Amino acid sequence: MNITLRMAWRNLWRHKRRTWLTVGAMIFSNLLLVFMISLQFGSYRMMIDNTLKTYTGHLQVQQKKYNDDQKMRNSFDNIIALTKKLRTQLNSNKIAARGIAFAMTSSATRSYGLQLIGVEPEFEPNISNLPGLVRQGHYFSANDAQEIIIGRVLARNLDVTIGDELTLLGSGLDGSFSAGVVKVAGIFETGNNDIDRSMAQLPLGYFQSLFSMHKQGHNIAIVADSLAQVNTLQNTVSDLIADRKELVVLDWNKLQPGLKQAIQADIASAWFMYAVLIVLVAFSVLNTQLMSVLERTREFGTMMALGVKPLRLGSLIISEAFIMSSLGLLIGVALGTATAYYMSIEGFAYPGLEEMAVKFNMSDRIYPEVSLLSIFIGPGIVFLSSLLASVYPAVRLFFLHPVSAMRAV
Amino acid sequence: MSQHTKALLPSMVIFTLAWRNLWRNHRRTLIMLSAITVGVWAMIFMTSLLRGMVDDMLYNGIRHLPGEVQIHQHNYRDDPSINNSMSPPEAKLLTALNMPIVKAWTSRIKVPAVIASERDSRGVILLGVDPQSEVKLGFDLDSISSGRFLQGVNDNGIVIGAKLAERLETRLGKRVVIMSQDPDNNIADRGFRVVGIYRGKLASQEEMNVYAGLQTLQKMLKLGNQISEIAITAEDYRNTHQWFSTIENATEAPQQAMPWYEADSYLSTMMVTMDGFVLVWIVVVFMTLSFGLVNTLIMAVFERTREIGLMQSLGMRPALILYQILIESFLLLLIGLVAGNLMALLTIIPLKDGIDISEVAQGMEMMGNSSVLYPALKMKDMLMANAIVIVLGLLTSLLPAWHASRLNPVEALSRN
Repeated sequence: MNITLRMAWRNLWRHKRRTWLTVGAMIFSNLLLVFMISLQFGSYRMMIDNTLKTYTGHLQVQQKKYNDDQKMRNSFDNIIALTKKLRTQLNSNKIAARGIAFAMTSSATRSYGLQLIGVEPEFEPNISNLPGLVRQGHYFSANDAQEIIIGRVLARNLDVTIGDELTLLGSGLDGSFSAGVVKVAGIFETGNNDIDRSMAQLPLGYFQSLFSMHKQGHNIAIVADSLAQVNTLQNTVSDLIADRKELVVLDWNKLQPGLKQAIQADIASAWFMYAVLIVLVAFSVLNTQLMSVLERTREFGTMMALGVKPLRLGSLIISEAFIMSSLGLLIGVALGTATAYYMSIEGFAYPGLEEMAVKFNMSDRIYPEVSLLSIFIGPGIVFLSSLLASVYPAVRLFFLHPVSAMRAV
Repeated sequence: MSQHTKALLPSMVIFTLAWRNLWRNHRRTLIMLSAITVGVWAMIFMTSLLRGMVDDMLYNGIRHLPGEVQIHQHNYRDDPSINNSMSPPEAKLLTALNMPIVKAWTSRIKVPAVIASERDSRGVILLGVDPQSEVKLGFDLDSISSGRFLQGVNDNGIVIGAKLAERLETRLGKRVVIMSQDPDNNIADRGFRVVGIYRGKLASQEEMNVYAGLQTLQKMLKLGNQISEIAITAEDYRNTHQWFSTIENATEAPQQAMPWYEADSYLSTMMVTMDGFVLVWIVVVFMTLSFGLVNTLIMAVFERTREIGLMQSLGMRPALILYQILIESFLLLLIGLVAGNLMALLTIIPLKDGIDISEVAQGMEMMGNSSVLYPALKMKDMLMANAIVIVLGLLTSLLPAWHASRLNPVEALSRN
């Protein structure tokens, strides 16, 4: 250990209590930051995963105009063939075609206007968790079955159960009148009342014949293996559909702009709070180091008189801050990671979370995501700003005159 | 010298001593003051933003389809269909509705329906309203961007949101068809002329809510004089619990009254959660501050060890030394609080016209917020922040102060 570091270490323990209080402020804020940031990462991932898995998927191939103007007529042709091609080219099963239409849905006693989604029964379970949430009955038996899957709330409102018939009335792609009768094959329950009230699925084959869509459809949903791969995948898909000028591939940001924005708004307000904590810790370090410089004025004067350069004294001060920050970092991160890790297994909940969870498609417990980034980003900034705060006390030493300093009280 | 001045003298001396001590090391004091100022500012500023957000959420939630208390047939909430309609208010309920604290009330029909233009059709919520009382209740006439609002319960026109008009590719003066079901489950349909287009604060409401005349709909849906809901409003939604019971006692089955905080558990939990969060935030900031505060006092005591020893050997009682340190801390906190509060006011007041957050509007809408955030400075929050800082601040200063008062004069004097 070089002499500056050794001196710094000893200096720190001349005022044990002061040092521990300064380190304590760092530990406290680091613990908080590690836990909060891991919690944020965890909840964002849950929001994204749950929202995209219910329906949207990571990417969708659509007709160019569809996203801005979600009308039936903005469909595209040969959807099944294209989906098959994408599945072979990308060597993935997490790709499925869909059609979207609007129809008046009536049971014996009730009628509701509903958005109906035509799906490929064989592949939809790979890209959405909805088929897995069918609690009563079963998912579609065939691609052209005259069957419908609806949510629990809708089933209650329509007053129907498995095996009952529903009448669908709407208009087809060509503007013609479409009418059909379907049997309720399954009832799903996501726990989100909005989804359970408004979502209904038909097999795509039957959907296309009901709404005179022939080989047309509205989107091909694609799910990537992880969020990080979405960009690469988007480029690949974009190349694969280059020969179909009328098509685009959109990522989840475009499909669900609210999701990303809600996360951004949350990040902004969270960082405002973190910044306040970090600034307060920096003040604490500044105060400690300035005091320790002032009370050692005589000592420093003597050292300078003995030939120690101000640069060396300055690095002594910075070293002291460095040691304190490192202690704060190590202990704070250790405690923070332990807490976050424990919560990532047990799950974390606070009053009111349940109601909020429903709005954002989350479960009623948050599992913090412990990663190198989530652990070190907050404490890292505390560390740097603490070092920065000790620069001013260190710089003061350059303006110290040995003679007058030795006379100082 | 009277008894009174005699008692006062030491405390005045202590006060002067504390004040002067504070400025002996002005750099340290100034740094600590800046920390307290920033901390207090952050407490109040952040709290006012959070309150503003929740206020806006509540406002949008309660006021857009106004009525802090709503009365429905008891099955309606579960199953908002035409089959769960009810009779209009009668004698007992009418008396309750006309009590002075009620600012306005109205009856509505509210059923799911399908609206179709020649280009497209959508599922909507069809509202049959009495325009006069609806406006009194809070429908903002300025939100009508073109055309007019309904003119009476028999108005044959329909008022739709701008977003819906865009989706349906229809516009003012065009005809649309409304389809819904009557109580016998026959499809009831009728053409309406679009007489007005409104802009809602939230895009989803603009797309869902369609207004027509109450009696026009009663005729179309073969409802007789039946209605879906009664909505009631008073001056301040925070006081709803004060008058809710009167309404509740006046309703008879199958009618059921419900205040907003029960009807929308999201809103009421948000309000409670926010109260908790504000407290946690203030305490966390304080705790971060407290390390520095204790540190400052410990240093102040440490460098005056000899001086304190001398004062004690001259006969100053330990209690007075304790007071002196506490007063020093109190003065520090007080100045920090004044500066922090001032800074909070100075930053919040210029923002009273709202902060534009339209960049993330769709995200805010998921939470039920509009695209402008108005900070809401509440006296209660300011008082709470100040009280926490001063009370907990003095409590944490007790330790170094007590430590100082327990110094042994002889040892303290011999300390270098």
